[in-house]
Amino acid sequence: MLSFALKRLLVAIPTMFIIIAMAFFLMRLAPGSPFDSERAMSPEIRQLVMQHYGLDKPLTVQFFEYLKGLFVFDLGPSLIYKNQNVSDIIGNGFPVSITIGLLALSLAIFIGVPLGLIAALNQNKIQDYSVMAVAMAGICIPTFVTGPLLALFFGVKLGWLPTAGLDLGEMTFETLLLPVVTLALPQIAIISRLVRSSTIEVLSSNFIRTARAKGLPDSIVLVKHALRASLLPLVSYLGPACAGLITGSVVIENVFQLPGIGRNFVTSALQRDYPVVMAVVILYASLIIILNLIADIIYGMLDPKVTYE
Amino acid sequence: MSANRRIYNKLLAATCLTIFLSGGLGACSKKNEQDGDKIIHFGNSGEPKSLDPYIATGTWEHQIISDMFEGLTANAADGKTVSGMATSWTTSPDGLVWTFKLRDAKWSDGVPVTADDFVYGWQRLLTMKPPTQYASMLFLVKNAEEVFDGKLPKDTLGIKALDPKTVQVTLEHPASYLLDFLTHPITYPVPKHVVEKYGDNWINPEHIVVNGAYKLEQWSPNDFIYVAKNPKYYDAKNVCLEGVYYYPTQDDIAAERRVKTDRLDIHTNFGGSRREEIDRTMPGYARVSDYNSITYYIFNTKKKPFNDPRVREALSLAIDREFIANEILKGGQKPAYSLVPKGIFNYDFEKVHQDWENMPRAQKLELARKLLKEAGYGPGHPLDFTFSYRNSRDNPRIAPVVQQNWRDIGRDWVNVHIVGNDVQINYDKMQRGDFEVGDAGWVADFNDARNFLYAFETSAGEMNYGKYSNPEFDTYLKQSDFEKDANKRKELIEKAEKIVLKDNAFIPIYFDSSRNLVNPNITGWVDNPNDYHRTKYLCTK
Repeated sequence: MLSFALKRLLVAIPTMFIIIAMAFFLMRLAPGSPFDSERAMSPEIRQLVMQHYGLDKPLTVQFFEYLKGLFVFDLGPSLIYKNQNVSDIIGNGFPVSITIGLLALSLAIFIGVPLGLIAALNQNKIQDYSVMAVAMAGICIPTFVTGPLLALFFGVKLGWLPTAGLDLGEMTFETLLLPVVTLALPQIAIISRLVRSSTIEVLSSNFIRTARAKGLPDSIVLVKHALRASLLPLVSYLGPACAGLITGSVVIENVFQLPGIGRNFVTSALQRDYPVVMAVVILYASLIIILNLIADIIYGMLDPKVTYE
Repeated sequence: MSANRRIYNKLLAATCLTIFLSGGLGACSKKNEQDGDKIIHFGNSGEPKSLDPYIATGTWEHQIISDMFEGLTANAADGKTVSGMATSWTTSPDGLVWTFKLRDAKWSDGVPVTADDFVYGWQRLLTMKPPTQYASMLFLVKNAEEVFDGKLPKDTLGIKALDPKTVQVTLEHPASYLLDFLTHPITYPVPKHVVEKYGDNWINPEHIVVNGAYKLEQWSPNDFIYVAKNPKYYDAKNVCLEGVYYYPTQDDIAAERRVKTDRLDIHTNFGGSRREEIDRTMPGYARVSDYNSITYYIFNTKKKPFNDPRVREALSLAIDREFIANEILKGGQKPAYSLVPKGIFNYDFEKVHQDWENMPRAQKLELARKLLKEAGYGPGHPLDFTFSYRNSRDNPRIAPVVQQNWRDIGRDWVNVHIVGNDVQINYDKMQRGDFEVGDAGWVADFNDARNFLYAFETSAGEMNYGKYSNPEFDTYLKQSDFEKDANKRKELIEKAEKIVLKDNAFIPIYFDSSRNLVNPNITGWVDNPNDYHRTKYLCTK
């Protein structure tokens, strides 16, 4: 298994290189520059500023200089935020984003799996239909709609929770509850549908019939035999789910005004703060690669049919 | 089986960890201050790029910077100019040399504020690496441009410390607006002893030293900035609030919810279309006032057909400004028929406007058709062009209205395509002359009419997006620069404004309003056209 993981990590290197190169050149192809504003710079000043940041060199030279910097973990200065390094910006935002993401993922699993099981065990009954109706709504309604609605109801109408922001820099239960729930809702929906369909399939398979024929009680059949098999699709979904949570956090952090990297990503892309955008892209890409690898490893542990060759 | 059990155990452990984490987070207590503490929470609409007074350019940055630093002059609660670090000043007969007497003020570390801090600061502004965007604003000071270009040494700059408490400023030309200009952050002093020691990092909370009412205590990027009262401030006994939390509330709707639920005391913007709802659900919160800002559309006067003033006037005539301001924007914005807003000091707003301002719209359209016909356009040969607008705030809502307004001239007379761009890209295109008709806005940097007119001067370079050029206009402005008498100067600027309006170098659309949400429990907030609200005047009931 170790060699499998190493092989996958080796493959990840060219993948990362392509991602970095594409992000770098696409970003530069986009019109505009970090120094554009309604107050125009004279060509001489612009030249001096570009020179200061090395932006006047040929693009390929800049690219290789950027790569060189990456090897020593030097992400460079922000072109917009004058007193901050990119690593500071990422370092400040990452804990917030990862906390929200992990909590939302856990919440989605803890609610989505039981919901899916309930629906599967009561196939074509009222429980099934209601769970699936809710799931359908969860998939259809985007988070930038559910977020403000939840904030309006629980924050403004009931006054139970803050509508946005952290509590002076601290992540508290109250400040994170709404963002996490909002982020988890579509995932709960997807996970419950996945678990439902796979459980229905597993319940009608031969080894379950055998287990029942042995005279095992339903609960044991379900927990010991069916659950393990029916969770397999869920595990392979976890990789894409993480990607969904990351892209979702871009929206959530804006709606709830949280200081995470998703919000940085949007503002930096709009302001053409190249080094920050690059750093976030690299971070997201490596997270997705690593999480996909972990999902594959867990899949192998759960599924006896899979071996790491 | 045992391997599987191990996996289940691991999953169980992960679960417990997550629950513990979320439970643990819940245990964190709410840190918000107790009622009665004089601390407010301020929604400041953006994250500062920098808090260095010479680097920052945004109004949200200047809000915090002006809490921390004070220039030779300062702003009163109503935005008017009052004495700041200088207590008195004299002007030479030719209006070129100004001598300022400084008060006995101290930096927050106890070191006295001296004339040297001003001299050092202004020299630093002009010699920063990389060059700072706003440096050219200081070019009215003698030799500033040459120092900036590296042609003269920095000690030839027209600012001298005659003694530790006397600053002498020499100008390139008389400027009756100098005192208003000196409230702008690029003229603030910086603590020489600290900047020399820490370089660009002097602005970090652990090093910063200030001469204003508040001092930076904490900066959590993208989250909040906390400034606390500076006990060394010369007027500290009259400063009520102990501290301010500034939040980068970019999303106005989310910020409005925070104000509504008392998590914010102030937010510096709301959309005009929210006005009725806010008045209904939060009476007394909405503070709307005239603002020194204009939104206008610029013609690329170097490109056909916009080198023809008749075409430009026809397009300006067709805009239904009343509909845009009153039915689309609905937030106190005023239809614009001129360039300089009403709130500008020493200026007669009423005197300058388009002659056809009060003409009925049908008649305006008739006139527009006449002008287009003269210019060679009409059915069979329609005027075909692209209008590029900024994809921000209210601009995308106005663009289609304007498109329809132009079509009202006649279906087969005008054929207009509208293209939305990100704000920076729109400005970039306009500065490069890559546009036909483009949407732009201008907010006064300091309260003077000249600030609005300079963008149409031939010498304004990239700032003059449409490359408009009229020697008569340039001459009046140049004369106004050398005119010491405020009334005569005003007349010269008025003449210049009338010319740029007559030439229709741009289409004035609307004068913006300032729209703040202020909790009625906050006292000392005075609406003013500069939209300056210094925290030292605020208090809570």
